[in-house]
Amino acid sequence: MAPVVKVEGLRVTARDGRGQQNVIVNDVSFEVNSGEIIALIGESGSGKTTIALSLMGYARSGTRIAGGKVTFDRREILSLTQRELSSLRGRDIAYVPQSAAASFNPAKPLLKQVIESSQIHRVMAPAEARAKAVSLFRELGLPNPELLGTRFPHQVSGGQLQRLLAAMALVTDPKLIIFDEPTTALDVTTQIEVLRVFKKAIKERGRTAVYVSHDLAVVAQMADRIIVLRDGAIQEVNATQYILTAPKSDYTRTLLAAAEPQARAVTRQASGTAAASVIEVKNIVAGYGARDREGFPAVPILRDVSLAIRPGTTLGVIGESGSGKSTLARVIAGLLPAARGEVQLNGVALPKSAAARTRDQLRRIQIVFQMADTALNPARPIGRILGRPLEFYHGLRGARRARRVAELLEMVRLPATMAERYPGELSGGQKQRINLARALAAEPSLILCDEVTSALDTVVGAAILDLLVELQRELGIAYLFISHDLSTVKAICDEVMILYAGQIMEHGTRGALCQRPLHPYSELLISSVPELRQGWLEGISETVLKEASGGIVRRAGAACSFFERCSLRIPGRCDVEPTPLRRFSKGADIRCQRTETELIELAAQRDANEISGRPEISEPRDFGPGRGAQLIAW
Amino acid sequence: MAMLTLGFVSMAVFAGTEILPGDVAEAVLGQNATPEAVAGLRHALHLDYPAHIRYFLWLIGIFSGDAGRSLANNLPVTELIASRLPNSLMLASVTAVVSVPIALTLGISSAIWRGSFFDRAASFLTMSVVAMPEFLIATLAVIIFAVNLRWFPALSYAAGMVSINQFFNQFALPVFTLSCVLIALMMRMTRAAVIDTLRSPYIEMAVLKGARPIRLVLTHALPNAIGPIANAVALSLSYLLGGTVVVEIVFGYPGLARLLVDAVSNRDMPVVQACVMIVCSAYLFLVILADIAGVLSNPRLRYR
Repeated sequence: MAPVVKVEGLRVTARDGRGQQNVIVNDVSFEVNSGEIIALIGESGSGKTTIALSLMGYARSGTRIAGGKVTFDRREILSLTQRELSSLRGRDIAYVPQSAAASFNPAKPLLKQVIESSQIHRVMAPAEARAKAVSLFRELGLPNPELLGTRFPHQVSGGQLQRLLAAMALVTDPKLIIFDEPTTALDVTTQIEVLRVFKKAIKERGRTAVYVSHDLAVVAQMADRIIVLRDGAIQEVNATQYILTAPKSDYTRTLLAAAEPQARAVTRQASGTAAASVIEVKNIVAGYGARDREGFPAVPILRDVSLAIRPGTTLGVIGESGSGKSTLARVIAGLLPAARGEVQLNGVALPKSAAARTRDQLRRIQIVFQMADTALNPARPIGRILGRPLEFYHGLRGARRARRVAELLEMVRLPATMAERYPGELSGGQKQRINLARALAAEPSLILCDEVTSALDTVVGAAILDLLVELQRELGIAYLFISHDLSTVKAICDEVMILYAGQIMEHGTRGALCQRPLHPYSELLISSVPELRQGWLEGISETVLKEASGGIVRRAGAACSFFERCSLRIPGRCDVEPTPLRRFSKGADIRCQRTETELIELAAQRDANEISGRPEISEPRDFGPGRGAQLIAW
Repeated sequence: MAMLTLGFVSMAVFAGTEILPGDVAEAVLGQNATPEAVAGLRHALHLDYPAHIRYFLWLIGIFSGDAGRSLANNLPVTELIASRLPNSLMLASVTAVVSVPIALTLGISSAIWRGSFFDRAASFLTMSVVAMPEFLIATLAVIIFAVNLRWFPALSYAAGMVSINQFFNQFALPVFTLSCVLIALMMRMTRAAVIDTLRSPYIEMAVLKGARPIRLVLTHALPNAIGPIANAVALSLSYLLGGTVVVEIVFGYPGLARLLVDAVSNRDMPVVQACVMIVCSAYLFLVILADIAGVLSNPRLRYR
């Protein structure tokens, strides 16, 4: 049987700022067979999205398909007219983009957008299309399938929008579906469900799909075959199992190594315990909206959060989006004054609002944001961006300032000549280094790192993490490291705090998070991270699936926020009584009504049920006391 | 908020007329008046009170529904305004009815076929019109259509409109002149707003669903551009009440703008204040309308 897609010698060029043509995809050839899911994997700049879009004969503005041949369904795509391409797109080839929130038109109801392609191509009557969309909503596990279509994009969660995009792609029964990083923007817990419905929908229909991703563990769940790309050229093509177990190219091996978590932080021994905390946060309550009579905000984001960080150590804060991680950083920095509670710097209480803090207090706490791009003024050269805090905090001018800028660039491992360049000329990783240097310019005691590596590729992000660790060793800075990614937090943090709906669920040393008993929510987060082996997605237990599918529900009062999703809940107690934060013997504080022994027993029971219920699992995990060793591998 | 704006503007206008050299007494009595006569008139008009007292007197008057009397000819301000406002409103609405549809159509079609010959031609034409001073357009219009072709009268008094024919005759040239500038402005802003939304990811998504350019602009970009377009239209139209001095003078049209200019040169504070208040309220009204249009077109603001 002829392949559905055949790409031969594809070449795509892009015009850079000086008007020169750079080759971004060079001589790429591959085939996609009918009923196959093929993955394009690589870092940003590897050309994976560009290749996927050329399958639809589409080149983003500034890029041009310069040569090669793309055959789809016996038609030569690159020689079709715009009109012919339009009649193909959305009918025979459908596209599922990365950012669901941005890909829906904010002004139109969802159903209209989902069935739009069927109406453009007139493949079915509107009523028929609507009925089909509703049945797809039901199949994709969307809530309220009949009424969902009347809602607008902003009224629906990210995971639901991503599934709606899949419905949009499937409504015309296309021969080929292109998924472009469809779960990258989602939380791990949401990702599980989306991946499962995607895979089921494709496999049941026997559809052909191209799956673009940078995440090897996700691709391992989805693809039959993997194409590894780098700098616009193919490094390796092979069946998924061989890529994972017997990679041939060096680059594939590098990718596999980067996907394996590794500890970067130097383990500091008990010597630090005596040292006074650089920052101490006590019983913070913060949120948005009007305050009631007791000063409680209408939308509480943080509820009674306390923490302390010693000099030269890192506290990781982890949780799903909406858990209040960034709000915590904003409260400490004084950008959002807390409604209640106190932030102490070296034992002295700080004014709640940044405006009321002294210049020296401001200097000691610095933030580095996720979006390296938007945090740098594009109209200022790097030298001036770094010179500004030097002047503001230290009064440095002229040659001394220039010398210090050079030193800062040296610290973040960038050449001193970088000072004359503009942010637009830098790569994402370089920009994040500049942001770090800008924070270091103040000579802070604490840096709040808000998802600093989330927007970066694995390899680039890993280098930034290494840099952070080195700087900490040299300068003794403390970090508050916010992330949604467990393995990142695991790699560099001494202590980890798990936040859910603004409540601390578990707070302990990094080692303690690898041992049971765990808070049910910690357990969920850990089992939601995709593992680098085939069959992980299918082997997820029902309990995890059920817990993962619930969204964050904010509750008032001191009862447990995780109640709605928890599989170990005690109705009548967990949702009514204030949940105690208990010290467990493994060295962690856990907020749960269940005692230490109860949690250990219940976890063992649950694992036993899973094994008996799923004899088909090929590699049964080692449970019971040995589970600790298993967990360390995440 | 709107009331606050009006209050602030009235203070600014009052301060402005205070700073101008001379006052109504000198302006009315002329250069040969004796100091005694000027002083007498000042006293009669309460001009010898301190400025803030006069401002508050005026403010109290306005709140009790009395805009005062013109200092120059002692006619009630309301009467002066009543004779001019309908003319101005008429000119403004006819111009709006003509220019808004043309501007939106041109702007949207330029956005659909951006980069095409049509778009370039429209861009070139509108740029030239915006760059041309209004009095030049007005004068050229008079020379071509009134003097050479004799299609329309050069002056329009806006009085005694009986037939459609007369109506058309009266308004053709002033409306043409005003529309030229307005269409150019609104068209460029509409085009920019639509093209701006065309850069959104959901437009790329629509392209990949197989949508053709016309559909992209009309059903995907336009609904999201209504907010900025409505604001552009409101800003342009608000110019039609107070900013038409040139046209009113060239065509001898008795509108609000001329009244305002005359009052300023006479230092006739109550008339200036009343005119400015009307222009300012009209502007605020239009901006509020635009904001409402923006909210109605945006589901994120409509349904929380």
